[in-house]
Amino acid sequence: MVMTMTLKPPVIRTAAPHSHHPATPQPTKISVRDINVFYGEKQALNSISVEIPGKAVTAFIGPSGCGKSTFLRCINRMNDTIAGCRVEGQIVMDGQDINDRSIDPVVLRAKVGMVFQKPNPFPKSIFENVAYGPRIHGIASNKQDLEGIVEASLKKAGLWAEVSDRLNQPGTSLSGGQQQRLVIARAIAVNPEVILMDEPCSALDPIATARVEELIDELRQQFCIVIVTHSMAQAARVSQRTVFFHMGELIESGSTEEIFTNPREPRTQDYITGRIG
Amino acid sequence: MTVLVALALLAAFSGGVFLLGRRRAVRLAGGAPASLHSLPGYHGAWVALWAGAPAALILFAFAVFGGRMEDAALRAQAPAAISQLSEQRQEVFWSDARAEARGETSSEVRWEGDLGAAMAAKVSEARQITAYGRIAALALAGVLALVGFLLAFPRLSKDFRARNRVEGWTGVLLIACSTVAVLTTLGIVLSLLWESLRFFQAVSPLEFLLGTSWDPQIAMRADQVASSGAFGAVPLFAGTFLIMLIGMAVAAPVGLFSAIYLSEYAGPAMRATVKPLLEVLAGVPTVVYGFFAALTVGPTFRAFFNWIGSFLVGGPMDALGQYLETVQNQMALTAGVVMGIMLIPFVSSLSDDIINAVPQSLRDGSYAMGATKSETVKRVILPAALPGVVGALMLAVSRAIGETMIVTMAAGLQAKMTANPLDTVTTVTVQIVTLLTGDQEFDSPKTLAAFGLGLTLFVVTLALNVFALAIVRKYREQYD
Repeated sequence: MVMTMTLKPPVIRTAAPHSHHPATPQPTKISVRDINVFYGEKQALNSISVEIPGKAVTAFIGPSGCGKSTFLRCINRMNDTIAGCRVEGQIVMDGQDINDRSIDPVVLRAKVGMVFQKPNPFPKSIFENVAYGPRIHGIASNKQDLEGIVEASLKKAGLWAEVSDRLNQPGTSLSGGQQQRLVIARAIAVNPEVILMDEPCSALDPIATARVEELIDELRQQFCIVIVTHSMAQAARVSQRTVFFHMGELIESGSTEEIFTNPREPRTQDYITGRIG
Repeated sequence: MTVLVALALLAAFSGGVFLLGRRRAVRLAGGAPASLHSLPGYHGAWVALWAGAPAALILFAFAVFGGRMEDAALRAQAPAAISQLSEQRQEVFWSDARAEARGETSSEVRWEGDLGAAMAAKVSEARQITAYGRIAALALAGVLALVGFLLAFPRLSKDFRARNRVEGWTGVLLIACSTVAVLTTLGIVLSLLWESLRFFQAVSPLEFLLGTSWDPQIAMRADQVASSGAFGAVPLFAGTFLIMLIGMAVAAPVGLFSAIYLSEYAGPAMRATVKPLLEVLAGVPTVVYGFFAALTVGPTFRAFFNWIGSFLVGGPMDALGQYLETVQNQMALTAGVVMGIMLIPFVSSLSDDIINAVPQSLRDGSYAMGATKSETVKRVILPAALPGVVGALMLAVSRAIGETMIVTMAAGLQAKMTANPLDTVTTVTVQIVTLLTGDQEFDSPKTLAAFGLGLTLFVVTLALNVFALAIVRKYREQYD
């Protein structure tokens, strides 16, 4: 099915153009109600409510400083690690409020993986990077088991063929794009339910970007993926649902096709046509 | 004094020349300052440099070497009367002549007869030489200043590149300063080497490095008991090593863990309080640590270990059947523990810097994988910071080896090869201090041994520092 967009066509063509099955509507995985985030006195997010479907890619778009990364970090409670940051409201995942006192953020983060803007492999071997999560969470029962997990994760991340003969070399010796896929392999090694990606391609060249986008498209069969991106072309290529943030507020959310072809809000229209942002 | 006045005059002259040069440049510009190649100030500075610098150099040289040249001139002709005096007496004669000429107190020797006449002649000669020397130096400086000015001033023109030339002078100044630092270091090393060579002519290097008996007392007279010393330095190395080990056993864990606490666990308020407090510890003079060790820690340890010993051993007893207290105030443990305390802030602040240099993205990556703080520290931050931490520890080791005051006051003087931390040991630095304090003759192996020890210490700490800095630098390159 062909999309008509108000944008120029995407600059990058990947080997296999991604299909945008409007797909069987996925059941809601994460349901967000009235989230407010404060950094000290300053309010960064203002009453955000949104439903995020499972087994699909949801893209957060919006100009810099609009709060989309802050919101992403609420979903695995990474904001807890920032001094002076306060989160109010409910984020319900599988019927459980993740901000509830009974939820251990350490356990939550094993279920909600995260990939960062800049590839951040640990100063360890490629193998040890992927084995990191399984090791700290005691997922593998023995060495073969662990090797199996590492191999499977690297295969899912599409990196196995490139690194299978040099698993003992440092993860930092890989190229930027390979590092980012290594970090994705590290995140999926603990078999999370949700993967959060904070501008995963902003530090990569167009070819590496295309590889990672392809990977994201494959991973959505298994994981609920939330991606923050500055590139509207990328959002259009990889996501099924899009959420538009502006100045700490959620302006509009809906299917990607709808947002890009027929936005309800004039501000969304202005942003995707390049008039604001 | 004369030189100081001359320098002040020279400075005033240069200042005036600076103003002249600047005014000339302003005139040359003729109301359009941008038409000059360089700002008027550079023209002034360049002329002032030519007028001032060579003359100042002459005055400095005169201040430093003038005395020696005068001395050499005075001694050029020795009066016949002093030729039958002993060499030492002759030295006294010359120094008296110079002291007399300057109006300083001379020795109490009374020069009579021929010697008295010779002395009077030499005193007046010395006065003359001093006067001529001073006049010559001042005249030379004055001429140089004037010539410099006269040569430089006419060259000023619109297109004159005064700015680049002043830059050249700046370069010369900077090179001169760094040369002073390098040459001084070189001089120290060479003198250390030279004196060590003299020592190793008396004592073979093998005996020094491998001998196990250290007893540097040499009798003043050959017929005294125990007239030859023993210069086997192994017991000193062993003592130094033992104390260093104890010190590092205290400083490494405490310093490293407090660095981890400060950089990973402590809140900003806590960090703002604790870090300066730790740095206060670094500001305590080592002599204070020394008497803290000798007067507080030592007696406490002695009492404690003797108390334990009386339980465990119950003996040995003396004639009255009392437990003989075998642990003394001075022991390796006291010196080592206090040295460790001294090194804590050193280790912790270096490690803190290194741990803070580990990028935040690695921490985020680990937390996002569901790791706790201690797992993150253990599995990500410490491995990333390890080379730097090792470098910091090695710098601490080289400080521990070179530390003097604490061990002098708390370790003892007996050269023993022992691994018992409750025993008194002595270190390389302590022996250097004892060998060189008090009246010493400078040609006996006893005194020269200090240079041998100093050279060994220098080589070891230099190697450690170079190695440690190489590690730290390699680590820095990885993330910056």
